[in-house]
Amino acid sequence: MTLESKIPAGDIATKWTQYKSTVPLVNPANKRQLEIIVVGTGLAGASAAATLAEMGYKVKAFCFQDSPRRAHSIAAQGGINAAKNYQNDGDSVYRLFYDTIKGGDYRSREANVHRLAECSTSIIDQCVAQGVPFAREYGGTLSNRSFGGTQVQRTFYAAGQTGQQLLLGAYSGLERQVGLGNVKMYARHEMIEVVKIDGKARGIIARNLVTGELERHFGHAVLLCTGGYGNVFYLSTNAMGSNVTAAWKAHKAGAYFANPCFTQIHPTCIPVSGHYQSKLTLMSESLRNDGRIWVPKKQNDDRHPNNIPEDERDYYLERRYPAFGNLVPRDIASRAAKERCDAGYGVGQSKMAVYLDFKYNMMQKYGRTEASKLNIANPDDETLMRLGKEVVKEKYGNLFDMYKQITDEDPYEVPMRIYPAVHYTMGGLWVDYDLMTNVPGMYALGEANFSDHGANRLGASALMQGLADGYFVIPITIGNYLSKEIHTKPISTDHEAFVAAEKAAHDRIQQLMNIQGTRSVESYHRELGLIMWNKCGMARSEKGLKEAIAEIQALRADFYKNVRIPGSINEFNPELDKAGRVADFLELGELMCVDALDRNESCGGHFREEYQTEEGEALRDDEKFMYVAAWENKGASWELHKDELKYENIKIQQRSYK
Amino acid sequence: MSKLMKLNLKVWRQKNTNSAGNFEEYKVDASPDMSFLEMFDVLNEQLIETGKEPVAFDHDCREGICGMCSMVIDGRPHGPKQGVTTCQLHMRSFSDGDTITVEPWRANGFPVIKDLTVNRSAFDRIIASGGFISTNAGNAVDANSVLIPKEVADEAFEAATCIGCGACVSACKNASAMLFVGAKVTQLSKLPQGKPERESRVVAMVNQMDAEGFGACTNTGACAAECPKQIPLSVIANLNREYISAKMNGK
Repeated sequence: MTLESKIPAGDIATKWTQYKSTVPLVNPANKRQLEIIVVGTGLAGASAAATLAEMGYKVKAFCFQDSPRRAHSIAAQGGINAAKNYQNDGDSVYRLFYDTIKGGDYRSREANVHRLAECSTSIIDQCVAQGVPFAREYGGTLSNRSFGGTQVQRTFYAAGQTGQQLLLGAYSGLERQVGLGNVKMYARHEMIEVVKIDGKARGIIARNLVTGELERHFGHAVLLCTGGYGNVFYLSTNAMGSNVTAAWKAHKAGAYFANPCFTQIHPTCIPVSGHYQSKLTLMSESLRNDGRIWVPKKQNDDRHPNNIPEDERDYYLERRYPAFGNLVPRDIASRAAKERCDAGYGVGQSKMAVYLDFKYNMMQKYGRTEASKLNIANPDDETLMRLGKEVVKEKYGNLFDMYKQITDEDPYEVPMRIYPAVHYTMGGLWVDYDLMTNVPGMYALGEANFSDHGANRLGASALMQGLADGYFVIPITIGNYLSKEIHTKPISTDHEAFVAAEKAAHDRIQQLMNIQGTRSVESYHRELGLIMWNKCGMARSEKGLKEAIAEIQALRADFYKNVRIPGSINEFNPELDKAGRVADFLELGELMCVDALDRNESCGGHFREEYQTEEGEALRDDEKFMYVAAWENKGASWELHKDELKYENIKIQQRSYK
Repeated sequence: MSKLMKLNLKVWRQKNTNSAGNFEEYKVDASPDMSFLEMFDVLNEQLIETGKEPVAFDHDCREGICGMCSMVIDGRPHGPKQGVTTCQLHMRSFSDGDTITVEPWRANGFPVIKDLTVNRSAFDRIIASGGFISTNAGNAVDANSVLIPKEVADEAFEAATCIGCGACVSACKNASAMLFVGAKVTQLSKLPQGKPERESRVVAMVNQMDAEGFGACTNTGACAAECPKQIPLSVIANLNREYISAKMNGK
């Protein structure tokens, strides 16, 4: 099968407008006859389900959590980008488009990214209309801040809880449609199989997680809005339940998985503190607006950070990247932290951490401004600190509290200790311009698809993409498919394809329950995570990846012999749910290594030790690898399909933030 | 590495919604740096390895924002510390040798599903009855065309930080959901965008709250005291004001 990205012809700036004006539509009466399944209720899923229902489609939405409001978008902290140019600092749709392509290290699709930048401004309008309480200035206008990889202030935020506020906005829209009877909501349900009829996606098999029963659901189209797969690393900033299962089942049913090795390691997370650790907590990138990153200039310096004088500190990001300083993109900041720690300059007990220090800006930036507002001439340090602390508290209070709660250290007094951790996955199901996978009728939105962030996502762009896809893209592009489906009557779930899919799901669960071994699911997950982190994490090599593939295969074989799942099938059984997810991670992990091994270059978050510049920066090979690697599942192996990337509007160059 | 603490746990076990439950006792060793849920992970791993059934409990983000975790610890929703969820409660808040009692949320509106897991779908139905602004995607005007004073935006935001965990209901002797409903009503009634539906919203949400079997408010303030996001009691006063004014206007 050849991949057709279906990018409309024409000028990049008018492509989307042109497309919207000419795409086939479904009339309101026909919409009421068409059913759409939406799996996942994060920003992409909730906004898509709500908007499609507003338009008149019949929607069924599914989430594995106890309520759609719990989806992990809720945990996004720092903000959402939009090319509003409210700060009059030279921002524009083109600049957001350019920053995103460059930030992604020239591995994303121009047309999709430009559309994203175009939609960004409407998202802010939509959210404000819904009652999202963004941060505001005293004059009543919206407030902005900066994120990595940009030189403008285009990030809108609500303290350190932007994801929560945006998701609750989308959730309220979704619940409004539930109340109106336009969406039927299935919480505590997990999609575990795709149903295909005549090559088209026509429904899903979902498991009711309370009763264990398998349910058949028909849809004219199926939308996967199921997030990323960072939990393959066991330790990540993802929620405990975040998983790849729905996307993986789609992959096994024929959907290509694109750029699986493109993983984002976020530079500022609270370091691992013990072997029992179940997850890692992010400290928002917005903190890099005011926090300066440093390590001691001396190796193995055990002094308390407050006792290390200014001239014995190495602000290595400011030193290496003067133009962007502490606000370099995530992949670069993460690698730089790893480099310092590996070289023996790390801090804290484990020596695998660097400092994120607010003192300078707290006093010199905010303290001074406040003091001059209060007409205090020559304020002393104590006054500056006191005044600055209030401002920092308002900007980041909840993050500082969270840090203190976890580490028992007060970041107002002592610099935060941080280290990179797995955060986001740029890879995902391959989609065309319409966000449709190569399986007709099956779509992937938000983090679940691969399309907009290339090899590295810029901060505050995940929320933007999730909501762009759900509110503004899919409502238009789905017409391109459904306008041809208006004669398709709902298919009975007694159809043989539903029966077969349910049987496959049932047999798989039975197989897992029958193993009755000795090891917990958790222990396998932890072991897989360690392999992935060590050999397919921040630095990768041919040797390590080959070892990882063999180790994952062996671990998977052992899992099917020795895993122990307590309880039974037809009851609330979280261990069984987890077993199914870990089984899928055990397959995905291998594919990620296969992809990383195949991509003989470094780009963005994918860093192959063999391919770097003399200064240790990622060395791309545009001649050989300027494509999206779309992998087709072939049972025990994968076949690579290349979706070539063409840059017609942006000049490709070596990415530099110096 | 900090020294391990030896703890005795009394945990509520209940097979399903319809069966009777009882407390079971367990011993577990925990590091002071563990979160309360990580301590439960250790317990569950022990149970699985010895062929017993692990304790079912709700949890997801483990960073205090999704609102899924929900344990009553020594009689207090989310445990002894103020302003944190169960997942953000660390074992350093306890002492070596402690006996800790762990129960599910207890309220008619939140039936137990299994062990420490309850059904909170009533909250979704309350939101579906009116906890929104009726605007379809595509209708919005430019975000800066309506100016909102910072104080108003901050007040709305404070109410909007509710995570819908249900600790307020669990803490209340009447199992009242007024803090939850008050938070949403306050957020939306403060903002200019929420004004057009202000009256119909509050009436619909209160009606649904009553239909779900939540009790009335008798102003003990336990809800606000236990709320992990420290939603202030004033949202209930605001809810009452909004409700009375809507009723006086014949809604």
